[in-house]
Amino acid sequence: MKNTIKFMIGALAIGLVSCEPEFENAVIDEGFYDAGDADFSTYVSLGASITGGTADGTNYMFAQENSYPNIMAQQFEFVGGGEFTQPLTSDNIGGLLLNGQPLPGYGTRLVLSFDENGNPGPTPLEGTPTTDVATSEAGPFNNMGVDGSKSFNLVTPGYGDIAGIAGGTANPWYARFATSASSTVIDDAVSLNPTFFSLWTGNNDVYSYASQGGIGVDQLGNTDLSTYGYRDITDPNAFATAYSAQVDALVANGAKGVLVNIPDVTSLPYFTTVPAQSIPLDGATAGAVNAQFTLYNGALGQLVAGGFISAEEAASRVINFVAGVNYPIITDDDLTDVTAILQGAGLDAETAALLGQLRQAKDDDIIILPASGVLGTTPDPSNPTGVVGVSIPLQDVYVLTSTEKARVDTATQSFNTIIEGLAAANDLGYVDAKAALAEVASTGHIFNGGRMTNAYVTGGGFSLDGVHLTPRGYAFCANMIIDVVNTTYNATVPKVDIGTYGTVNLHNN
Amino acid sequence: MKKVLLLTVLFLATAVTYAGGYRVSLQGNKSLAMGHTGVAVINSSELVFFNPAGLVYLENKLSVSVGAHGVLANVNYQNSATGENAMTDSGVGTPFYAYVSYQANDWLAFGLGIYTPYGSGVTYEDDWAGSHLVNNIDLKAIFIQPTISIKITDKFSVGGGPIYATGGVTFNKNLNRTLSDLDGNRTEVTLEQSGISNWGWTASWMLKASENLTFGMNYRSEIILSAEDGDATFENVPNSPATPFAATTFDAELPLPAEWSTGMSYKHDKFLFAIDYNRTMWNVYESLSVDFAPAEIQDTELLRNYKDSSTYRFGIQYNASESFTLRGGYYFDESPVQSGYFAPETPRNDSNGYTAGLTFRVGSRLEIDASFLYLHFKEVDASYDYFVEGSNGLQNQYSSFRGTYKSSAFVPGLGITYKL
Repeated sequence: MKNTIKFMIGALAIGLVSCEPEFENAVIDEGFYDAGDADFSTYVSLGASITGGTADGTNYMFAQENSYPNIMAQQFEFVGGGEFTQPLTSDNIGGLLLNGQPLPGYGTRLVLSFDENGNPGPTPLEGTPTTDVATSEAGPFNNMGVDGSKSFNLVTPGYGDIAGIAGGTANPWYARFATSASSTVIDDAVSLNPTFFSLWTGNNDVYSYASQGGIGVDQLGNTDLSTYGYRDITDPNAFATAYSAQVDALVANGAKGVLVNIPDVTSLPYFTTVPAQSIPLDGATAGAVNAQFTLYNGALGQLVAGGFISAEEAASRVINFVAGVNYPIITDDDLTDVTAILQGAGLDAETAALLGQLRQAKDDDIIILPASGVLGTTPDPSNPTGVVGVSIPLQDVYVLTSTEKARVDTATQSFNTIIEGLAAANDLGYVDAKAALAEVASTGHIFNGGRMTNAYVTGGGFSLDGVHLTPRGYAFCANMIIDVVNTTYNATVPKVDIGTYGTVNLHNN
Repeated sequence: MKKVLLLTVLFLATAVTYAGGYRVSLQGNKSLAMGHTGVAVINSSELVFFNPAGLVYLENKLSVSVGAHGVLANVNYQNSATGENAMTDSGVGTPFYAYVSYQANDWLAFGLGIYTPYGSGVTYEDDWAGSHLVNNIDLKAIFIQPTISIKITDKFSVGGGPIYATGGVTFNKNLNRTLSDLDGNRTEVTLEQSGISNWGWTASWMLKASENLTFGMNYRSEIILSAEDGDATFENVPNSPATPFAATTFDAELPLPAEWSTGMSYKHDKFLFAIDYNRTMWNVYESLSVDFAPAEIQDTELLRNYKDSSTYRFGIQYNASESFTLRGGYYFDESPVQSGYFAPETPRNDSNGYTAGLTFRVGSRLEIDASFLYLHFKEVDASYDYFVEGSNGLQNQYSSFRGTYKSSAFVPGLGITYKL
């Protein structure tokens, strides 16, 4: 009987010890997933705002934690990935201070608020930023994404020099964690000795132009970066030089990685939300407005006769409002500027300037998101007939014309050809983000529990600034890149369920 | 012995918890040791639960059985597509029982039982992959059952009585897969209600076909526990008119299903063999529906669509000596969960139960009963496909929560039987 008792006690003891149910093959066991030919122990990501995890117009901790590199790093942990550090900001408010003072142009994050009528709209979060450029922790960090950077900025010394912020030669987001005043993003990144990297730069080489209605210059043919303004499109050769320098530096020690191409920036909600046709008028008002433009429409014929503009241009410049929803009048800097001629013909300077590069928008013009706060407004309260889009042209900065869009498309194509070539030449993965985001913009991306589209606010993929992504959008990007990592390096890194990642944040101040 | 008693009392004081469905078949150490058979076993006052009709055949004037079980149950979850994984941290559950039987005369016996046939305690790490379905749940139900047993003939008896059920529940889950406050803290709801009670009943018969062969059948009715004006509290709610989640009250119903048991036992020399068949009417559990008091807070409906399920039980008893009786058993417990409705708050697939135990007699009146159950679940790939993400007004958009589950339970038990 003693033996029976011993047996019982023994069985009990075994039971208590082995109480936890175990899988035959557990995902947390080494070897469940395969790193393939890659070594994920030190992963470094380079790029711009999308890489940094920017959302809602700024950077804040929660958004950064959902950056696509951070999501990827979490998945890399299953295949030997090590610690992944990020230049986290100090709060979830967003915005920047410089030496304790708010930095103009770097305000708080946008949140989705409801007004008293229950209408939702983006609103800056009330609060004071606490992230100070001067006192932030120095890098390098595994995530070297720098908000606002262009391809060549990553190889430009002094881009993180705090003294250069005021003059516009340095970027405060990089100045936060640059290792020195003269350091470059690429040198800081390489100093971590990455075994694996992702590079997604070049978006801003076209986006900075497109986002301000093409007020900059297409620098095609000019590789002298010192002559560039921030709103210019980078020359493809200049792009190639900067980009290949980064790839060379990253692969020098045998690191493997992926290069991500540049999506069609004009498919972002920032460019697709405001319709080209947005001015509702009744018949009487349309007639009254047209009467105001009779003289201008007549003058167009004389300008053709005088050889100042082509008949084709004249036709494109005729103003005609009708009963219904109309195209707004806009200023287009690609039109012949006839201000001086009109002034010479006796028009006052103000009216002449108004008409100098005037036309009505067309279907293939893109009206950007910020125009929604301007169109239909009366900037001069004492003049109720001065309506933007009807009697006052919508400024050039709000309209990416079809001509301007063509420059963006051409440059994007050139950049992507370069990126694809460098990926092939260096045996790196090539991620076609352009195709992936085109899917989101056209059919939407179906996931477990829904469909992610590029619709502003409701689509789920894009944050309230209409450009940067939501956690769900970033998770989509992480999956997109992991797919290429797996096929390129014969790895089996698991992907994430993007439905478990959030979208826009609700908050009433 | 005093220490044992003290220990038992301490067990009684703690919560009833169990992972793996909320029917907890641990209603007696003697019976459990034999695969939880007992509808046709005349053994002790455990019959108050298993078959009240049999009480009248007990040999003693007074029979008392008190005991408890320590449930060490855990659930392991993983999703090989995403790498998400989780292990419950559910502590130790302690379902208990106390039965008294009193022989009034040779054809009439009375009984009283207090036992815990339903309960659930599952705790996942907050914000784990399935947190929109459950973070943690603690369900307790105590049945109090006065019983009468009447001998119709020497071979046939009937029994039964009313059941008073009282219970409480605490249930915490995240509102959905993504909603959070400005800092990314997930919005969650806690539902709490205690002191929910309702009445049910039980009825049974027993047939002593011969000296060695006994048949029995028992029915226990369904009892619906209705939480009314329970407390609903919300945490990490965005400050927005679109998320009007202030503390409020809720109504919800949890059915404790009816159960049929039928079986037989056969005595041979020092051996006793027992077979039981249980049919649990889980069909009644269609959904876990929470009706919040304010109209602006959307009600929650988590579809369950359970089906009736069967359990097949086998037990054997061997009277080894004056002092010792040894027992062993096995049962197969069929899951009531249908494909696509596998929810992590009751992650229950088919299981095999292996039991053993013994009784040690101290003198002529006191017996110490010990038992042990190992409940083995196969690793199972399963999903819950009916979490409502939204609706277009005509039909719901669902998300699926899938993965692989592996559960197990180790249940040591201890009790005493006192006979006069």
